[in-house]
Amino acid sequence: MDTRIIVVTSGKGGVGKTTTTANLAVALARAGKKVLAVDADIGLRNLDVVLGLENRIVYSLVDVIEGQCRLQQALVRDKRVETLYLLPAAQTRTKEAVSSEQMQGLCDSLRGEFDFVFIDSPAGIESGFRNAAVGADSALVVTTPEISAVRDADRIIGLLESMEKSDISLIINRIRPEMVRQGDMLDISDVVEILAVALIGIVPDDDAVVISTNKGEPLTLHSSSQAAKAFFNVARRLMGEKVPFEELEFANKGGFLGKIRKLLRF
Amino acid sequence: MPFWEKFFRRKGSKDVAKERLQLVLIHDRADISPDVLEKLRKDLIQTIGKYLDIDDKRIELEIEREDRSVALVANIPLMGVKRQLKAISPEQ
Repeated sequence: MDTRIIVVTSGKGGVGKTTTTANLAVALARAGKKVLAVDADIGLRNLDVVLGLENRIVYSLVDVIEGQCRLQQALVRDKRVETLYLLPAAQTRTKEAVSSEQMQGLCDSLRGEFDFVFIDSPAGIESGFRNAAVGADSALVVTTPEISAVRDADRIIGLLESMEKSDISLIINRIRPEMVRQGDMLDISDVVEILAVALIGIVPDDDAVVISTNKGEPLTLHSSSQAAKAFFNVARRLMGEKVPFEELEFANKGGFLGKIRKLLRF
Repeated sequence: MPFWEKFFRRKGSKDVAKERLQLVLIHDRADISPDVLEKLRKDLIQTIGKYLDIDDKRIELEIEREDRSVALVANIPLMGVKRQLKAISPEQ
């Protein structure tokens, strides 16, 4: 089994890394892929609650690394989607509990076991981020169309490049079509132009995200909302399908789409 | 967008955001503060001034970016070459 290890990162906190990780993991598992979601935010774990698996945790990533348990014992298998697993972070430890070499070792040991491994990175540019990224084949950078988030995304892209992670794609989260239309929000082409990395997803701002997090049921478990559709499209693109950026259509009635088309050449 | 829309469109705050973002990223990426740039300009004028007559009021010093690369571009108008340099041939 060829394993693709993907770090989900952003620099800035609160832009939707964990939501993105959870939804993509569920979407790919529902497509029949064997998927592991790793929470690398040691001390501030959240992927468990977003996935709704918080009550089933026994061991954590740190226990596996320290040899307190075997990997299989620490994995939480999702009962709703057969091929989805979570490796939770430790909550009562700090990021210093894990070294870069140990994370690299863990990633190596996951190869051959899963189709996709998502590593949910902590915010920031320190060791927590580096540890999350060190063993990854590619990176998904999540940003929102705000100056602060785009600036931090730019910094993270620079750091990923300095770590020789060249396969970097961008997810623009929480787009508000109405504000874009009024010229009060950076649009997709602005952000793509500024960050100069490949776009893989556009996710609209959607109240359904808050509700799904409240319930611990990622949107991609049920496929009706706009944001769920957007995450499904990202999942398909990760599987190598060419999926047009239709999400844009709702955002645009004017020349905006044409601008994107030109930018992406499709 | 058709050209007439440009005239009637209210300038949204996103244009301001984009401009500010582009400026801040140029400095982030080059890691050069405006202070350092000003010092560099003074040093350049001093160093180049030893060899060439330059118009130090018309010097343009800019950090230009293209995708993810950044270049320091200096445009330094010459007024002439200093006389003593013309007289001395190099390395002899």
